[in-house]
Amino acid sequence: MIKNRSLLAEYETPQAVYIAAKIIRKSGYKLWDVFTPFPVHGLDKAMGLPASRLPWMVLIAGITGCVSISVFMIWVSVYDYPLNIGGKPVWSILAFVPPAFEITILFSALTAVFGMFWLNKLPRFNHPLFNSKRFERVTNDRFFIVIDHNDKLFNLQETRILLEKTGSINIELVEEKEGD
Amino acid sequence: MHKGDVVLKEHADKREELIRGNLSYNDITDIVCKMPETSIRNTNAYWFIGLCFSFSLMVMFFASIAYLIWTGIGIWGNNSPVFWAFDIVNFVFWVGIGHAGTLISAILFLFRQDWRTSINRYAEAMTIFAVICALTFPAIHVGRFWCAYYFFPVPNQMAVWPNFRSPLLWDLFAVGTYFTVSLLFWYIGLIPDLATLRDRAKTRKAQIFYGILSIGWLGSVRHWVNYERAYLLLAALSAPLVLSVHSVVSFDFATSQIPGWHTTIFPPYFVAGAIFSGFAMVQTLMLPARRWLNLKNIVTIKHIENMNKIILLTGSLVGYAYGIEFFMAWYSGNEYESFTFINRALGPYAWAYWTMVSCNVLSPQLFWIRKFRTSIIISFVVSIIVNIGMWFERFVIIVTSLNRDFLPSSWHYYSPQKWDFIFFVGSFGLFFTLFLLFVKYLPVIAMAEVKSTIANSNNKDGHHDQK
Repeated sequence: MIKNRSLLAEYETPQAVYIAAKIIRKSGYKLWDVFTPFPVHGLDKAMGLPASRLPWMVLIAGITGCVSISVFMIWVSVYDYPLNIGGKPVWSILAFVPPAFEITILFSALTAVFGMFWLNKLPRFNHPLFNSKRFERVTNDRFFIVIDHNDKLFNLQETRILLEKTGSINIELVEEKEGD
Repeated sequence: MHKGDVVLKEHADKREELIRGNLSYNDITDIVCKMPETSIRNTNAYWFIGLCFSFSLMVMFFASIAYLIWTGIGIWGNNSPVFWAFDIVNFVFWVGIGHAGTLISAILFLFRQDWRTSINRYAEAMTIFAVICALTFPAIHVGRFWCAYYFFPVPNQMAVWPNFRSPLLWDLFAVGTYFTVSLLFWYIGLIPDLATLRDRAKTRKAQIFYGILSIGWLGSVRHWVNYERAYLLLAALSAPLVLSVHSVVSFDFATSQIPGWHTTIFPPYFVAGAIFSGFAMVQTLMLPARRWLNLKNIVTIKHIENMNKIILLTGSLVGYAYGIEFFMAWYSGNEYESFTFINRALGPYAWAYWTMVSCNVLSPQLFWIRKFRTSIIISFVVSIIVNIGMWFERFVIIVTSLNRDFLPSSWHYYSPQKWDFIFFVGSFGLFFTLFLLFVKYLPVIAMAEVKSTIANSNNKDGHHDQK
């Protein structure tokens, strides 16, 4: 029983995959993706991808970090257990700046990394594409376009012909069987 | 590429290539993956000798830490009024070294200096290992090591909290955050390259090891979009962070009332010194690695020359700071301040002061001459001299300011004991052990980034017809 299948088209250069991606997008496919060994600038726009939501998440995390550590420091130093050190004022907001700055950065950085994992649904240790031998070169020197069979326009013959026309050097069917 | 990024062809042709020898994407992968894919039996003998040597030093380091915790910090030479000596010197030295890694990975990234891609990976690795070495010293110098959790704001039986107005606590926050963020930055950069190693792995062990570390990375453009955003954000966060870290380290001194420490120049002076020493350490590590790992086409003379230019710049900045300190000591009219500086240059530690000046200010001046900047041997020798000089800088700042304090009856000539040296040398063992393991098991060059640099330079007129 086949759970999932998709067509995998291989390209040799970033330029080739860039042109192909534009054609696939124009043809109206929705459930498709491009795989590259390094970030190819402009490819996301060619695919029509929206901008990442990550900056907003990081901004909110940074503000949360800054506010929470500041409130904590003021509560600790002014209300819960004020320490008299050389008679210096307990309400010394300037002295709280360095920890507040550092915690802002810490919260933002952790959110940037783990937010990226979350948006990308990583870690994911199993994927149907790992079954393809040729796809191993995606992390080396080859560029791929994958079209999922759940796409409304997907048709094994027609989609294959379209991919051939985009200049792909090799097209194969990747299948994920039940229990894989 | 946007329109503004396009380099005119006549300019592009005149520029030196960042990557030599017309390498294909696959060539880059092969060169970088060679070391991790070589079996232990066939690994270079130098690597083994180096690892055995540094591993022994590391074992000595941990054994001495155990002895220190068992006995107490009396085994060091620290004595009134020099309560801070090798422990804090080593801490500042190692933290400073880390700064070059972040500078290369974050600040040069923000300034779009493409040449950084060949060297950022091991500069970042160096940062992490240096910060690990740095963190051991404040942790063990507290004496009662088992009470080190007092640093952290955790509720305890005394109901007292750490003093948030203390620069020593700021330091904990700064260095702790710095370590965490550097580790994340390094790891994020490694993920695509670990996936490369995973896809090429022949043995089951390697498949599992790199498979877990690369968390299932496939190189989807939908992933790259978020990935690149995360990388840019981390760079933007690390850039002010790295400047803050050594500024906060300098607050440990500047907020005290010791003459020679209580100055406003300390934060920028420390940051310049940190970048200076860090770049020197990158050179020290990079030049042998480049030779033994056959990276000459990826790390070219141009990279070495650029690094030397930054060493020259920051070395001169440090020299300027030395000068300004003397000027301010005189101009302030404060007799304690002027005494401290005259004591530095002519007192019992004059030998340390002049070692510092000749290593840090004079030796980098060689790099005004192009022939020296592009000479591998001179770069290597100067980088080691600068490392020595920067260690002495921290020694001079800390020890000469403390050893003759306000009360002449308590003046004391600090001399380091056997254990001080053992800890210092031992920390190098820890550093080099980690570094050699990194060189063997992880990709030392950021392959994905180098490939995208090649892709850009192959298509100088903009490779996509973006309108």
